[in-house]
Amino acid sequence: MLPRYELVYETYGKLNADKSNAILICHALSGHHHVAGQYAGEPKNVGWWDNMVGPGKPINTDKFFVIGLNNLGGCHGSTGPSSLNPETGKPYGASFPVITVEDWVESQARLADMLGIRQFAAVIGGSLGGMQALQWSLAHPERVRHILAIASAPRLTAQNIAFNDVARNAILTDPDFHGGDYYQHNVVPTRGLRLARMLGHITYLSDDAMADKFGRELRSGKFNYGYDIEFEIESYLRYQGDKFASYFDANTYLLMTKALDYFDPAHDCGGDLNRAFARAKADFLVISFTTDWRFSPQRSREIVQPLLHNRRNVSYAEITSTHGHDSFLMQHPHYFDVVRAYLDNVASEVEA
Amino acid sequence: MKQNDIYRLAAERPDFAAIAEWIPKGATVLDLGCGDGSLLRYLKETRGVRGYGVEISDLDIVSCIANGVNVIQNDLDSGLADFEDNSFDFVMLSQTLQATRHTAELIQEMLRVGRQGIVSFPNFGYWKNRLNVLMGNMPVSSELPYQWYDTPNVHLCTLDDFESFCTAHNVAVLERRVMTGERVVNLLPNLLGSTAVYRFQRGI
Repeated sequence: MLPRYELVYETYGKLNADKSNAILICHALSGHHHVAGQYAGEPKNVGWWDNMVGPGKPINTDKFFVIGLNNLGGCHGSTGPSSLNPETGKPYGASFPVITVEDWVESQARLADMLGIRQFAAVIGGSLGGMQALQWSLAHPERVRHILAIASAPRLTAQNIAFNDVARNAILTDPDFHGGDYYQHNVVPTRGLRLARMLGHITYLSDDAMADKFGRELRSGKFNYGYDIEFEIESYLRYQGDKFASYFDANTYLLMTKALDYFDPAHDCGGDLNRAFARAKADFLVISFTTDWRFSPQRSREIVQPLLHNRRNVSYAEITSTHGHDSFLMQHPHYFDVVRAYLDNVASEVEA
Repeated sequence: MKQNDIYRLAAERPDFAAIAEWIPKGATVLDLGCGDGSLLRYLKETRGVRGYGVEISDLDIVSCIANGVNVIQNDLDSGLADFEDNSFDFVMLSQTLQATRHTAELIQEMLRVGRQGIVSFPNFGYWKNRLNVLMGNMPVSSELPYQWYDTPNVHLCTLDDFESFCTAHNVAVLERRVMTGERVVNLLPNLLGSTAVYRFQRGI
């Protein structure tokens, strides 16, 4: 149990008089509260979903009051394993509790309470963020009118859990991990975090996208018959791994991947998603991407099926895209048209 | 939908009005190949139906969503696996039958998912079409607007063909409406009707 916690959040647009135009953006594994725009004097620090969220964009901040937050357990300002435990004066580290998707949604609901938002116009998320959006419809059916679950799944498959486990093992077996209390040793399990991110990154891209971008290109144009970086893809992955390891907290990574693994709305319904989704009252837009194999279109159909069973209003779009799981973060005219068309209707409900 | 939109749709697509007459208020419907969602929206507005469309075209998906119609993106030729047995009162296939590849399987799927099926299709036996073929050319008309080389219509049929198919596949026709434009055709329908709408269920 945490004695107390802080959540860092950002808002865009204006909350209308009856507080009916709020949209909550739930972030995925490495996301945070800085969803859109830039900070003064930091032109390069652009929000992670800036192409989607903003004035006149598909998630239109001229019409909606959009909230982005850093989830509990995160490492971008909200209370997480790297935060100081007020009782000990030391970072929580290994003593930070395991957080679930359900916990996140409860903490997000408290944030909504604090902002005076009784009901969200929409809760939107991609990947792990989509799971939070789904959980909103189940935990607080009266508090959300629309759910947009993008490149997501109702629960992870064995293969997906397996990827997460390998990533976690990379961190857990790093000698610098120190059982999660590496902060006191003034080290970070960089090697483990790098490997975890490299593995993750492979699964976020499609085979074709990788082939197009890197092929078998060699950095020096010839084989060197050694174990240094030779292929461009190796260079790219290591760069991505290093970049990630320089700012992301390893304990947060462990915690987030565990939250992914545990999430299963049908856990208390004998595995039956039809029964689990009987509680939902929202309307749904489910979106998947053809080349996404980490959260494949089939996983999105597993969200759609129980919604059909329960006769919820639901639309499903399968976007043809070459970018794999990362597609949900990319600018794509048709994908954006779908989100825009849906949210324009939501906006007209709000204005009415 | 505004009242004049409803009239416009009924005028442009006379099969819509025929279909709407057969569907009781508040029925659940699945519209296969729903296009931009016009029929579903028409039925929602005029009959208060609850339902979903199935469509493969990206552009139509956006139109359906803009039309406020539930739409599931799927290829009809891969079946209706997302839908449970007997989960709809009606499964409709409006002006799409002739463009499906696995037509017989799809009709069976319609009757697995729905208690009744409704199809509308252009009658290839319509006299103008026959005349075209007799004169040596494939017909091109408002019902069949494609040239032979770019048509999606791979399974065109006449009313007689469709009815023989039903008999052979244990499909019981409940009602038929044959039209040319907005006019109902009762005399020599296989010759004088340009479009047909059928309502059917599983044969006993």
